[in-house]
Amino acid sequence: MNTDQTAALPQPTHQYAIDSQGLNLWYGTFQALYDVDLRIRQGMITSMIGPSGCGKSTFLRSVNRINERLGYVRIEGSIQVMGENIYDPQVELVQVRKQVGMVFQRPNPLPISIRDNILFSHRLHAKGGGDVHQGTPDEIVEQSLRQVLLWDKVKDQLKRKATELSLEEQQKLCIARLLPVKPKMLLMDEPCSALDPKGTEAVEELLWELRGQYTILIVTHNMAQARRASEECVFMLMGKVVEHARTDEMFVTPAHKETADYIEGRYG
Amino acid sequence: MATANPTMFQASDLNQHNERVQRRYRLLFGLMTLLLITPVLLILGTLVVKGGAAISWEFLLTAPTDGMRTGGLFPALLGTIWLVTVALLLSVPIGIFAAIYLSEYAGDNWFTRTINLAIINLAGVPSIVHALFGLGAFVLFFKFGTSILAASLTLAVMTMPVVIVATRESLQAVPQAFREACWNMGATRWQTIRRVVLPNSITGILTGVILEVSRTAGETAPIMFTGAVFFTPFLPQSVFDQTMALSLHLFVAATQVPEIAEQVPFGIALVLIALVLTMNSVSIAFRMWLRGKKKW
Repeated sequence: MNTDQTAALPQPTHQYAIDSQGLNLWYGTFQALYDVDLRIRQGMITSMIGPSGCGKSTFLRSVNRINERLGYVRIEGSIQVMGENIYDPQVELVQVRKQVGMVFQRPNPLPISIRDNILFSHRLHAKGGGDVHQGTPDEIVEQSLRQVLLWDKVKDQLKRKATELSLEEQQKLCIARLLPVKPKMLLMDEPCSALDPKGTEAVEELLWELRGQYTILIVTHNMAQARRASEECVFMLMGKVVEHARTDEMFVTPAHKETADYIEGRYG
Repeated sequence: MATANPTMFQASDLNQHNERVQRRYRLLFGLMTLLLITPVLLILGTLVVKGGAAISWEFLLTAPTDGMRTGGLFPALLGTIWLVTVALLLSVPIGIFAAIYLSEYAGDNWFTRTINLAIINLAGVPSIVHALFGLGAFVLFFKFGTSILAASLTLAVMTMPVVIVATRESLQAVPQAFREACWNMGATRWQTIRRVVLPNSITGILTGVILEVSRTAGETAPIMFTGAVFFTPFLPQSVFDQTMALSLHLFVAATQVPEIAEQVPFGIALVLIALVLTMNSVSIAFRMWLRGKKKW
């Protein structure tokens, strides 16, 4: 699947899609992130691995600021997304959520039709004349579903309730519904952990399709998945970044002992 | 294994003992359930046997005559429908809006906790206290007089906590994942409520509310000081009129009228119960029909 890693990528406007500097985060008195400096390259798939509780999901959730919904979270430092600090006081959360799409562990389509799921976000954001897909609703639905390789399967049942689809199809739909508002980046929090191996393969294939158009940051517990489906890899431990390297390098010649131990399954 | 012990799967003494104990408990629980439905069956049975003879179109559709001894209960039936309808119109919107605020907007702080505590306590206030409050507030202070409006306001205040609780339960039944999904696409709270939360809970809210509020049809104390009268020859024309009501009519016929035929008060009670049961059945049937249609 990832044999053509040399394929030319679109020229990025910013070199780094995400640039965090000195990011510290506390849940109450518990510090979950320690001075995280991470630069995620634009247009690439970067995976984050590490044992449970190492802070990888916390970092992911900080990039579209959904951690803040818990009242007891405190954050220091900054995260620049496409060169702009998203923790700046003037930043409008609705825009952050539009520009930075999020896919969750459990597929969470809305209990409305497939078509309405795709158009939901577009309807929220299109009125203001923002940078969204300009096609007719039918075009938007078709293109989005084509991009996630779902169109042929569901084109005759667009009125069907999205929650009746299989988990794999639901997860693809959850990715598809982010696309009409042209997000800059897709965050995925263990997007395949509720899927069977076939579904996992299908979603990984989809990630590879979307590479280049979108910057994708994916948290995974599945080492093989990180290896197969990402170009760069971040290893975190106890709230700190231990290693950040090209995936093929990290899995062959890890620079740190902790990384090697984790990759080889000695803990985690 | 080829040499399996043939008695390996036979019941041991301990198994038999456990089975006996479990049967004893099942019997206990079953008996309690029977005990529970006995009064309901007795009440319904007595009403049908003793009051069934009183029921006729004339009974339902004419006014009482001869000091309630003959004639029908139409003004009281109509009055109860008035009272419950106006009370619903007042308490349902306020209760639902408040419940939406408490469930979807309010954070978990001392203020919300105080409001929740107040709601629980309000639900526990005896109806006679609500009656006196209604008399003081609506009849005297706001000068609505004894009227359908004052009585319905009193009923509305009394049922408000129930409406809020029923609504909040329906809202909480909408999976949190749906809200998260909306918020993460940049929807505001209101867009989330309007497009996802309400469409998925409104049927539960409405049927739950009707189910709970239909019980107000039987309330007597809150209306007897505030809007319901023993007898009036006039049917109510507006919410500022006084009215008869089934529950008070039953109380009067059963205790205040000498030499009344026994079947009359039983007949009134039968009509009152039938009215409440009809409202409940319609509400339950509606809910089941909608549930059958909705899947997630």
